Amino acid sequence: MTEVIKKSARGEYGLTLADLGKTNKDIVVIDCDLSGSTMTKHFKAAFPERFFNAGIAEQDAVTMAVGLSTTGKVPFVSTFAVFASGRAWEQIRNGVCYPKFNVKVVATHCGITVGEDGASHQALEDVAIMRAIPNMTVIAPADATEVREVIKWVAEYKGPVYVRVSRANLPVIFPEGEYKFNPNKAVVMKEGKDITVVTNGETTCEVLKAAEILEKEGISVEVVHAPVVKPLDATTIVDSAKKTGKVATVENHSVIGGLGGAVCEAVCAEYPVKVTRIGINDQFGQTGTANELMAYYGLTGEKLAEKIKGLVK
Amino acid sequence: MLKVLSKEEIEEIKTVAKKLRANIVRMIHNAQSGHPGGSLSAIDILTVLYTKVMKQYPDWDKNPDFENRDRFVLSKGHASAAIYSILAHCGYFPEADLLEYRKFGTKLQGHPCCTKLKGIEVSTGSLGQGLSIACGMALGLKLDKKDSKVFALMGDGELQEGSIWEAAMNAAHYKLNNLIGIVDRNRLQIDGNTEDVMAIGDAGAKFAAFGWNVIEIDGHDIEAIYEALEKGKESTDKPTVIIANTVKGKGVSFMENQAGWHGKAPNDEQLAQALEELK
Repeated sequence: MTEVIKKSARGEYGLTLADLGKTNKDIVVIDCDLSGSTMTKHFKAAFPERFFNAGIAEQDAVTMAVGLSTTGKVPFVSTFAVFASGRAWEQIRNGVCYPKFNVKVVATHCGITVGEDGASHQALEDVAIMRAIPNMTVIAPADATEVREVIKWVAEYKGPVYVRVSRANLPVIFPEGEYKFNPNKAVVMKEGKDITVVTNGETTCEVLKAAEILEKEGISVEVVHAPVVKPLDATTIVDSAKKTGKVATVENHSVIGGLGGAVCEAVCAEYPVKVTRIGINDQFGQTGTANELMAYYGLTGEKLAEKIKGLVK
Repeated sequence: MLKVLSKEEIEEIKTVAKKLRANIVRMIHNAQSGHPGGSLSAIDILTVLYTKVMKQYPDWDKNPDFENRDRFVLSKGHASAAIYSILAHCGYFPEADLLEYRKFGTKLQGHPCCTKLKGIEVSTGSLGQGLSIACGMALGLKLDKKDSKVFALMGDGELQEGSIWEAAMNAAHYKLNNLIGIVDRNRLQIDGNTEDVMAIGDAGAKFAAFGWNVIEIDGHDIEAIYEALEKGKESTDKPTVIIANTVKGKGVSFMENQAGWHGKAPNDEQLAQALEELK
């Protein structure tokens, strides 16, 4: 990676919504007093009559979206991931997913990179608890380009979706205009032969950095970006495992039940090889800058290179 | 001028409600599970709503005017026997199917499931969600400039759920005058009297404080139910809530005002007695 261009993932979410709102008149947006942070403010500015603030009431936001979806609207509900997935979990389970209503939950501020707000605001379990619900699709895009493509797909797809979007400005990995999101396919970002590393969200760029570092040391890493955690593209991952014989997962999430859990389930069932889950080790986060925390929890390219090197030996 | 029911109509509704009470008891007896108390307390309200107030289409999405129907949300989803009995009466499905209630493979699930039964707008059963869902429906209908109304029936114990009050705030904030909430105020919940378990107090005053029109009635007075529902439809700027004071287990002497009959099925003897009383 030579010149790194960074772009706000959540900013792109808000702008994409505002763009889609021009042609899709059924899109409505519900926020919980955080439109300036989730960036749904862009939609609000463009279509005030289709923007609803639920106030600080996440449960009401989700079930209100259920009601709106019954009238043919395509509701996007946004707030911080910890509240969207946690506070409103049962509304999402019983209200949205059981009847398979067309409600989209796009949660920003996921993972450790929430930073200074600390552990209360750092969702490290959201993928696990969303993934456990039948009928739910769970997506963790890697950069602003992918956020845009994912949101475009989500608006067309009929059914419940949970998308987690980072707070951070993320390096652009996918060139704008060239990337097409395929919900059924994980992306092999770099081919390799010594180990398969499956990742998504904001750790994809870190794993790519790690692979670059290791390449210079003669270690060949296959990087698989799996934005869709559910339904997971097991084929691509298992095929890669067959080639390398070793798997690691990396995510800005707890090592319990997230991408790591999903990959273990797939690999275990189809081609059992050792899988090492790298993420937040069953603990809460803390206050710090996003960079400090990524380094402390071992999720930067440099730290990951070290860790992966140990797995290959 | 609000419409009023004729004496004949009132008698007809009473006859239908009595039949539905008998069906509710039969269904729960046959399933050997279910919630008789809160089904019997709500059935007069549902009978008036479905036979005289709501614009509804038993042929469901086959009807060309389907999109303009009024909506009903059974927020107290455990009263499933009540909603199934009125839907069958209205012709949504054959009355004979009522005995499938709570059996394996049935469209008549323990709590209403909208993907299995036409006539059910949304799946409910988890208390506290229905009013908020109804708010979303009412908002969506307003966006589409439809004059359809949304009715949501809540239990009084359900008012203990905080999410009800999030929705109460929402409905007043968005001036959802097309939303009519109904509280089946039977004063009992599983563990006993609502005021002992977690006092509801003056439910009407609470909704009024949240910015709602409040109408308090005897929830078994057919004329009063009808007038309250019709009045609710006329609101111009606020949501309306009807506090319907009811008797849990109404119509079956040994079930009346007994918390124990919240979620219990009658045995053969009790069924026979109940049906005798409901003749």
